Amino acid sequence: MSLELRDIHKHYGPVRANDGISLTVAEGTLHGLLGENGAGKSTLMKVLSGFHSADSGEVVLDGKSIKLASPDDAIAAGIGMLHQDPLVFLPFNVIDNFVLGSPGGSRLDRKKAAQEFAELCDRYGFNIDPASPARLLTVGERQQLEIVRLLWLGARVLILDEPTTGISADQRSKLFVTLKALATEGMSVIFVSHKLEEVADLCERVTVMTRGKVVGEAEMPVPPEQLVKMMFGQAVEVKDRPAVDHGAAQLKLSDIRTASGMLSEEPVSLEVRAGEVVGLAGMEGSGQDAFLRICSGMRNPRSGSVQIAGTDLTGKNYRDFLAADVKYLPAGRLEEGLIEGLTITEHFVLAGEDRGFFVDWGKAKKRAEAQVDHFTIKGTEASTAESLSGGNQQRLLLAMLPPRLNVLLMEHPTRGLDIESADWVWEQLLARREVGTSIVFASADLDELLRYSDRILVFFSGRIIGELDAKATNVDEIGLLIGGRSVDSGAA
Amino acid sequence: MSARVQNLLLPIAVVVVSTVALLFLAGTNPWDPIRFIIEGSIGWPPFEAGTASKIGDTVMVWVPIALASAGLIVTFNAGMWNIGIEGQIIVGAIAASWAARTISAPRPLLVFLTIVAGAIGGMLWGLLVGVLRTVGGVNEIFGGLGLDFVAVSITTYLIIGPWSRSGVASTSGTDIFPDAALLPSFGGTRLSPLAIVITLAAIGGVWILFRGTLYGLKLKAVGANRPSAFLMGIPTNRFLLGAFMICGALAGIAGTSQATGFHFKLIPAISGNYGFLAILVVLLARFRAFWVIPISFFFAMIAVGASQLDLRLDLSSTLGGVLQGTLVLSAMLGLGWAAYRARKHADAADSAAQDAAT
Repeated sequence: MSLELRDIHKHYGPVRANDGISLTVAEGTLHGLLGENGAGKSTLMKVLSGFHSADSGEVVLDGKSIKLASPDDAIAAGIGMLHQDPLVFLPFNVIDNFVLGSPGGSRLDRKKAAQEFAELCDRYGFNIDPASPARLLTVGERQQLEIVRLLWLGARVLILDEPTTGISADQRSKLFVTLKALATEGMSVIFVSHKLEEVADLCERVTVMTRGKVVGEAEMPVPPEQLVKMMFGQAVEVKDRPAVDHGAAQLKLSDIRTASGMLSEEPVSLEVRAGEVVGLAGMEGSGQDAFLRICSGMRNPRSGSVQIAGTDLTGKNYRDFLAADVKYLPAGRLEEGLIEGLTITEHFVLAGEDRGFFVDWGKAKKRAEAQVDHFTIKGTEASTAESLSGGNQQRLLLAMLPPRLNVLLMEHPTRGLDIESADWVWEQLLARREVGTSIVFASADLDELLRYSDRILVFFSGRIIGELDAKATNVDEIGLLIGGRSVDSGAA
Repeated sequence: MSARVQNLLLPIAVVVVSTVALLFLAGTNPWDPIRFIIEGSIGWPPFEAGTASKIGDTVMVWVPIALASAGLIVTFNAGMWNIGIEGQIIVGAIAASWAARTISAPRPLLVFLTIVAGAIGGMLWGLLVGVLRTVGGVNEIFGGLGLDFVAVSITTYLIIGPWSRSGVASTSGTDIFPDAALLPSFGGTRLSPLAIVITLAAIGGVWILFRGTLYGLKLKAVGANRPSAFLMGIPTNRFLLGAFMICGALAGIAGTSQATGFHFKLIPAISGNYGFLAILVVLLARFRAFWVIPISFFFAMIAVGASQLDLRLDLSSTLGGVLQGTLVLSAMLGLGWAAYRARKHADAADSAAQDAAT
């Protein structure tokens, strides 16, 4: 079945999650949909599977425009979605899960269903006991159960949303074999992922999304660095910026190891000096966030030590790090930064230095007004955090930073911001170098990394696989490393 | 008419209309029960001479409901469903009873000590819910509910066990407390000016807490978004415990008032379910302190007045509960409807803005 999406728009409040997406999936192909977290992939697939309805646009199936008001409509039309967390009811057994979504009244023919289940499992080489409780299945087996169930319901387009999260390498290769077999039988498969190497392994065609838009399409195989370029954008010329003398080491990591996942192979040692800017590059979830959490005291390393401005803070908690003038701004501005329902004034009071019992609202309001003005926040001191646009939320977060900081840790400082706001944010950040603040930031924007960092650390599957001098490197080199190849083996 | 007043009047109108309809179907003159509830709680015509005793009772039912509501505003603002408030009232009553039974002191001092004991009892019981939540990871609803049952069991044990009336094993309660331990009351009624003053002070205190103090603002921040509050450097667990302690202390004073100001002894159903009623009051008051005063008085009127229905009309006195429940349900529906309309409105404005931009 061929599938076509025409000019799909979907917005959540001011956020345009899908901004005019058009996409064609030919019958019997494995089509990759690649993009960073937040690129709009999941939204698009939710529209396609009937979970959300699009604001505008059209879904065309075998040349016919169809209406998708609910998941029921989608499955009736032959579109089946395998969610990131398989929709399996753990207390039920396998066969009950299998028949659960089937159409048609209250009649339940377990025997017939079991027979058909066995046939389907046979055909694809799955080995699932229909009487087993679903909670005993591995995540991989749950996916198999879901796939079989969707096939049984007549799915001819199969969507898989990040299906390899949480399954073993072995299960993954088995899944890929199944998907290839399905494609040969004429199934159209949409494989949604932010993992480059998987899309490269599996797909015949790939569409790349960024910021709610399609930014590229390619017939596979193409070299991974080309996909990286599509995902992260071409770097424009890097402008010179005033250099700042680097002072003493503000952040010093020695022989850091963590228990789970990140930095597992060799211990990490790193020094970031006063006024230095270090950028963290890599696919999302490659270990950057764990790294920042260790630097901020949100998480303790298994071994090794962390020093801030010469003081050993190993094993201390986040509040001790905060007291040592370390501040961490995660990516989720409304989730882990601002507080919905509170006004700008209240935010400044919370972030302020006042330690009295009563709040002097008159004074607080004046101070907030001055800050709103100074940081050109579009809103008033009485605006609530959620009423601000992303750029203004970021301005508010920066305005709330204490005047003195040793280390500033940030995730995606300019994600979702327009160019003007992004420039403004960096102006503020770079100004902090003058007073000796060290900045460590993670970004998915190669241009931003090259433009503002002194050094760039590249993360790949939980490890730091490269440390580059920002002045001496280029997009291609970073792209190779992000894709998991070292520079020398890149040609191989 | 402000939206706030509308939010309050609309549900009351709904409940009156639906009750009248219900009673009409039951074949009773709808006006009678309403009049009997008013007559039974504040007299008919209201505040007539000779109704002092009824009014005293209603006020002393208002006291625990309003105190518990004031406490719940604190925990709700901290983002916690303190269902354990019943248990906190009960343990407060137990602690006050203990003080009343064991300490001998001149009246003003003993009354003061019973109140302090009640507050501490409730506070510790609330703290326990908080510790289960923050350290043990037990959801406060389940922890609180579990501790409610424990508190009831302790009361029953005390009444038929160590504190049983001399020579009688009865579940009707302990011996009456000595006079010196009772809340001083007004001319032969239960009405205690001290209880009223404490209640109003508690409501005022909660209002000031969220209106003007840094502590209150931080509590609100913890309730609205714990990760953000934590990243701002607020010790979130400590604030959660603080909220449970404040609420528990107020609930404990409510329990004290029940024991030493209403029943004058410890009885098995000492809480009167006023903790659960207070949850409804706070939902109806939308977490604003001052609205607690009239709304809890209204609930107290229904609670006291409904007991007349059995005697006078051969209607079950549970009608009072039906009234209170309908009231809250219609208020919640009203709020849901208002929120739905606001969302629709925002969406429409949003797409209009988008259209204008393109």
